Amino acid sequence: MEKQNKALALLKIVLLTVIAAAFLFPIAVVFINSFKYKFDISNSPFTLPLGEAFAGMENYINGITATGFPDALLRSLFVTVFSVAAILFFTSMTAWYIVRVKGLFNKIFYYLLVFSMIVPFQMVMFTMSKTANLLGLDNPVGLVIIYLGFGAGLSTFMFCGFIKSIPLSIEEAATIDGCSPLQTFFLVVLPLLKPTAITVAILDTMWIWNDYLLPYLTVGHDYKTVPIAVQYLKGGYGSVDMGAMMAVLVLSIIPVVVFYLVCQKYIIKGVAAGAVKG
Amino acid sequence: MQGKLLRKYFPVFVLPTAIVFAVIFLVPFITGTYLSFTNFTTVNDSVFVGLSNYKYVFTSPQFLYSFIFTLLFTVFSVISINVLAFALALALTGKSRGTNVFRTIFFMPNLIGGIVLGYIWQLIINGVLLKYGYSITSDPKFGFFGLLLLMNWQMIGYMMIIYIAGIQNVPTEILEAARVDGASYFTTLKKIILPSVMPSITICLFLTITNSFKLFDQNLALTSGAPAGKTQMLALDIYETFYGRMGYEGVGQAKAVVFFLVVAVISLLQLYITGKKEHEA
Repeated sequence: MEKQNKALALLKIVLLTVIAAAFLFPIAVVFINSFKYKFDISNSPFTLPLGEAFAGMENYINGITATGFPDALLRSLFVTVFSVAAILFFTSMTAWYIVRVKGLFNKIFYYLLVFSMIVPFQMVMFTMSKTANLLGLDNPVGLVIIYLGFGAGLSTFMFCGFIKSIPLSIEEAATIDGCSPLQTFFLVVLPLLKPTAITVAILDTMWIWNDYLLPYLTVGHDYKTVPIAVQYLKGGYGSVDMGAMMAVLVLSIIPVVVFYLVCQKYIIKGVAAGAVKG
Repeated sequence: MQGKLLRKYFPVFVLPTAIVFAVIFLVPFITGTYLSFTNFTTVNDSVFVGLSNYKYVFTSPQFLYSFIFTLLFTVFSVISINVLAFALALALTGKSRGTNVFRTIFFMPNLIGGIVLGYIWQLIINGVLLKYGYSITSDPKFGFFGLLLLMNWQMIGYMMIIYIAGIQNVPTEILEAARVDGASYFTTLKKIILPSVMPSITICLFLTITNSFKLFDQNLALTSGAPAGKTQMLALDIYETFYGRMGYEGVGQAKAVVFFLVVAVISLLQLYITGKKEHEA
């Protein structure tokens, strides 16, 4: 019996290791191919970059110059960080007000925000991008404002859910002690919102960093973000430089993996918590 | 008392969010709905045409094909992702060695963006098909199963995390009692674990349904609908109608409204089911 259990446990580990290898395999193949000439990538993608096939850093140089990758990376970073910050800042304030102050407007506004969560982007992509052009929002700062508009639904919804569970007495004590509503919010309420804020930040970071269509339709090729830079390599009808493509794919994956390994604890928790609430 | 004091602060707390939300979402949503009943190339030159865009949509072979393709893809991906994710969650609940490493690896693809995922799998699938003289765009079946493979790779880890959270909520005393009573693994699974992870199952089902149904980036990067629109899912079909050629913007907007209504029905169904579950609990 004991032996059988041990054998089963070993079998499980072996099986899981094989699956894990299968999960890592595609990324490894892309990485290996980023050091091969495009001819060898297309004709023998599963061989190592040895001898004649080894392209050195050529693909990276081509990919970076063709897409302006460093700029795209910085731009993605800018848009993601400031959008998430704006969403957290403005929607946490809104959520607190909506929960604490009763009124018809607040109720309607709340339901409209929840409603926006179920509307697919295709429904508004044309009119939204025209509006963005009209209002001069077709630049990275504009993107931050647009993401606030689209991210407000989920974020306010999640903050509202959490705020409802905070006992009113804490805030009333602060008011009696002479706190203005702004002081009460920033000194008393906001620190309590931290767990929800982390969940919202994780979900929105994953969304905004990887978002392709929204920035493509609003800022296009003038201000490429990382996903736009990758898709840009495919271009119109010409053939793709597979070497440059592999290099750019690797460069796009690296920041994500670093972010993941650093914030892994929060990401896993945030995803689990976000799913339960969303 | 607090509410009254706070009321005056409406311009500070609510107005910025409300204005941005109205301009970026609400107004485009309303004008979008209106434009679906018109012909237009820009927002200003719209001419009311009644339901003719909708008539066009429901007789468009590509739209109907994309609809069926998307439905079929959704069914396959929802089942495969959830079965595999649940199996992995069962294997990775508990404290055995290496559990965390495995969880880390399985979740990772989820963080990579759809466009990047599409090109990663294009390389892999074309590499395999190369041996047989095919490429991913030579047959719609390749695109279909390619998308399925990609979607599984991306979503399994995500769903696994949610299932693990659910399984961990099963009280250990009950599991212990079942073990003492000599219940087999499958009895425990069927009678104890499955019923108590029902909320997680509901969440995962709807997450996979909506994500599969609304798939765009992966579709664009992996096949962009090739060959000849035969792997074109709904979201991509709407995009192509808008931006692929001039003069069909009204039809594109009508397709988008239909798409929205289907997604809305799925979401309301989810709300209804989760609401009912919470009442029972």
